[in-house]
Amino acid sequence: MGFFPESASSFGGEIDRLFWAIFWITGFFFLLVQAGLLFFVLKYRSRAGRKASYVHGHTGLEVIWTVVPALILLVLTIASQKVWSEIRSPRRMPKDALHVEVLAEQFAWNIRYPGPDQRMETPDDITTINELHLPVNRPALVSLKSKDVIHSFFVADFRVKQDAVPGLTTQVWFTPTKLGQYEIRCAELCGLGHYRMRGQVTVQPRRDFEAWLVETKANE
Amino acid sequence: MRRKVLTSTLGILTFLVTASGGYAGGTAVIKGSVKLSSAAPAAAKIKMSADPVCQQQHTGAVSSEEVVVNPNGTLRHVFVYVKDGVQPGAYPAPKEAVVLDQGGCLYTPHVFGVQVGQPLSIQNSDSTLHNVNAQPKVNKKFNIAQPVKGMKTVKIFDKPEMAIPFKCNVHPWMAAFGHAVEHPFFGVTDENGSFALKGLPAGTYTLEAWHEKFGAKSQSVTVADGESKEIAFTF
Amino acid sequence: MSRNKIFSTDHKTIGIQFLVSSLIFMGLGGLLAMLMRWQLGWPGSALPWMERMAPQGMPGGIMLPEYYNMLFTMHGSIMIFFGVIPLLVGAFGNYLIPLKIGAPDMAFPRLNMLSFWLLPVSAATVLTGFLAEGGAAAAGWTAYPPLSGTQATMGAGQTFWAAGVIVLGFSSILGAINYIATIVNHRAPGMTFHRMPISIWALFTTAILTLLATPVLAAAMILLLLDRAVGTSFFLPAGMIVDGSALAHAGGQPLLWQHLFWFYSHPAVYIMILPAMGFVSDILPTFARKPLFGYKAIAYAAVAIGAVGFLVWAHHMFQSGMNPALGTSFMIATMVVAVPTGVKVFSWLGTLWRGDIRLATPMLHALGFISMFVIGGLTGIFLGSTPVNMYLHDTYFVVGHLHYVLFGGSLFGAFAGITFWYPKMFGRQMNDRLGRIHFWLTFVFFNSVMFPMFALGMSGMPRRIYDYTQYPALAHLTDINRLMSIAAFCLAASQILFAFNFLWSLAKGKPAGQNPWQATTLEWTTSSPPPHGNFAQTPVVHRGPYEYSVPGAARDWTPQTEEPPRGQG
Repeated sequence: MGFFPESASSFGGEIDRLFWAIFWITGFFFLLVQAGLLFFVLKYRSRAGRKASYVHGHTGLEVIWTVVPALILLVLTIASQKVWSEIRSPRRMPKDALHVEVLAEQFAWNIRYPGPDQRMETPDDITTINELHLPVNRPALVSLKSKDVIHSFFVADFRVKQDAVPGLTTQVWFTPTKLGQYEIRCAELCGLGHYRMRGQVTVQPRRDFEAWLVETKANE
Repeated sequence: MRRKVLTSTLGILTFLVTASGGYAGGTAVIKGSVKLSSAAPAAAKIKMSADPVCQQQHTGAVSSEEVVVNPNGTLRHVFVYVKDGVQPGAYPAPKEAVVLDQGGCLYTPHVFGVQVGQPLSIQNSDSTLHNVNAQPKVNKKFNIAQPVKGMKTVKIFDKPEMAIPFKCNVHPWMAAFGHAVEHPFFGVTDENGSFALKGLPAGTYTLEAWHEKFGAKSQSVTVADGESKEIAFTF
Repeated sequence: MSRNKIFSTDHKTIGIQFLVSSLIFMGLGGLLAMLMRWQLGWPGSALPWMERMAPQGMPGGIMLPEYYNMLFTMHGSIMIFFGVIPLLVGAFGNYLIPLKIGAPDMAFPRLNMLSFWLLPVSAATVLTGFLAEGGAAAAGWTAYPPLSGTQATMGAGQTFWAAGVIVLGFSSILGAINYIATIVNHRAPGMTFHRMPISIWALFTTAILTLLATPVLAAAMILLLLDRAVGTSFFLPAGMIVDGSALAHAGGQPLLWQHLFWFYSHPAVYIMILPAMGFVSDILPTFARKPLFGYKAIAYAAVAIGAVGFLVWAHHMFQSGMNPALGTSFMIATMVVAVPTGVKVFSWLGTLWRGDIRLATPMLHALGFISMFVIGGLTGIFLGSTPVNMYLHDTYFVVGHLHYVLFGGSLFGAFAGITFWYPKMFGRQMNDRLGRIHFWLTFVFFNSVMFPMFALGMSGMPRRIYDYTQYPALAHLTDINRLMSIAAFCLAASQILFAFNFLWSLAKGKPAGQNPWQATTLEWTTSSPPPHGNFAQTPVVHRGPYEYSVPGAARDWTPQTEEPPRGQG
């Protein structure tokens, strides 16, 4: 069961919990159906003298197996919606977030920090290619754009995925909660270098992050 | 650094091979250098950290090769060739290939010439993906990936064309310019800013010097058999 | 073979033509998948002999990423457009509809012939892409623009692809009109809607889906072609810069394509699964010797799946940049689809309960269908949940899910159908022993290839990835991928058994007789294969389609044509 990379963002844990809730519920129905198939096939396997029952249905049973799954799905839908609105509703967008712009192109991520004036596209911007640094425990707001075709910004450890669409600015926000280095993968086919459109996120303590910004600017 | 020396030697060798390919032509030589009159602009640093495989191959910072001013004030990566005056079709394309190497996430040579019909062998010496995206306007475009170290692709340009851009989309800083010329009289300025076109028949020629940032300059030169003439371009 | 046999208007001939050609295309699509599995199992390793087959795509036998992209694009396109849809809908729709409703032929036999002959035209057009400059289409079977939408981002193969799919769209639409007209107008006396076999309900629903959805696909393809060839900007926004040069497009919207494409392609998933559900609903009662449990529930569930199936398309787009509030409504609709699907599965279980079960090859495939389809369906719930989708979207979890639906579901359903109706089509039985071996090998290897995909997806491995080892955090997945590849090669090899059985039985199979399975529906009341015109005289239907083990009857099967005893009915 240890396939998931350890969650490193604020809502990663909630997504995982939802996943495992669905896993156990669907797992139950999976086992029910497979066991039912196996049991019936073994138990009612044709033998001399057996005659099948002449049954066309059973209204009670049919109502149960319509209503019970419907109720379970309703609960799952409500639970999913709760998490979904938390991670995607524009009203939940954090106010004090660190703003980063990611401009995707075939086959690289162009990353831009607004710099001291807090505005993008000004001379004090700090830019990198493929290297996203974030301070730990501070919400990050990533604005995604694309130069050419559709790309998708996917950081598995954060459980974050958002397409970057040319002509649109899409936004996604999350709070990194764990120091370390993580991979940015492109999750939307973007051409021959799609498989190699790799970036890295470095989550640092706030002071290291500030120092990195200064150093990067100085090296430009 | 060692790699750089090695690859630039390779580049010069390639240049020598192509420029002095043993033609039955003439014996005149035109050589010279290219200077930059204005102050050298600060070279932009390349963000090699975008790909760890690239960064590992360089110890220090790597600068953009767009404008490289040599210590003696001359300009490197200027393509000098005979634009007019050579009889077309008189010089068959050599069989040996011009090599365009991708090593350390840079193209070597950064600027090169190849004769029309001469093979251009593009090779990947890095353990990372390079795609060779050539965007000629007259010749056929191509965009091929070389995912595995050591892969080679041979391409031939069948029409003359200047300044064919080569780029790698995985490493956005990577750029090279190829020039497909109908004859063997071309060269690229080296780390001394000099070039030499050898084996020309006697005659009057228009020479052009091309730089990716500063554009092109031309001048007319007349040489006699066996003569070695020195000229200079200034941008 | 005479000209009349090739350009035939007889629905049975056309059905068999669809069957044979779709099986051939599936073989081709499967071979493409094997090449992909080679690259995934042994990334970057050379297959020297392949250089001759694909000098551009595999120089020195090493696969290039762009060739890999072509492979999965063509694998998906061939399997869906020229494999599963023509097989389930084209082959069985044509063959079964008139026979099962007691009609001498389809309503429009010539239209029917045209519908078939558009298929090879379409396939040839799409496959021509491999010969085009820059190779075949490589933007995925979903062909999202802008990648697919400009000459600068995708070569001429994409144009061939779009043109071919339009042709196929016409084939589907012609077939659908024909099916609807035939089922509505040409049912035998007594064949009320509620006496129709479930396969006919399914094919009827499918035809309606096809008729409503395919024109949207064709329209989207035409817009894509215009964007590519004429310079319009339906899907292309302003400001695109490809390879450093700005494109002269403005005003388009890439998401429009996704809406149009999925408006067809999600119903298309139901087009590919409903018929299989229908065949299974016919086969289970036959081999359990028991009436279908909840006939009406199953029939209406098919219609409900079809209807709700039109309201779920944007669940493919939760992370596309579409308004997240829309995501909510499409999540709700998606969850709703699970209800009628569950009803069907439980009803099938109910059919087995207290039956008299015979495990012949068609029955094994039908049981395999239920078992596998359940996995495909349940994993869909993970993907339908918007937050979980954020993690799993475009990973191998999706690849696993769709293969459990389309291979585990559609293809096991197709195998069930082929082995069940083969004796009717060709007058001979397939070898049952060989058939059962083929089933078990397919079942085991299929699971060995596809089940680990869920684990890969959970590990965060994106789909459509030529070399996942380029991501250090995924490099440890090499071993599992290698095992999957070996299983995939075995899965492919197992299909040779099926091909052999299919061909060998044509000549050497045991003569089948009229009704080898002792089944109740109309096709079993005529000779095998049926004559031109199908029935010596128009059958008259007196009862439902699944009257097995009727108390007091002499046999455990009562054909639909059997007159009720005097005094009853």
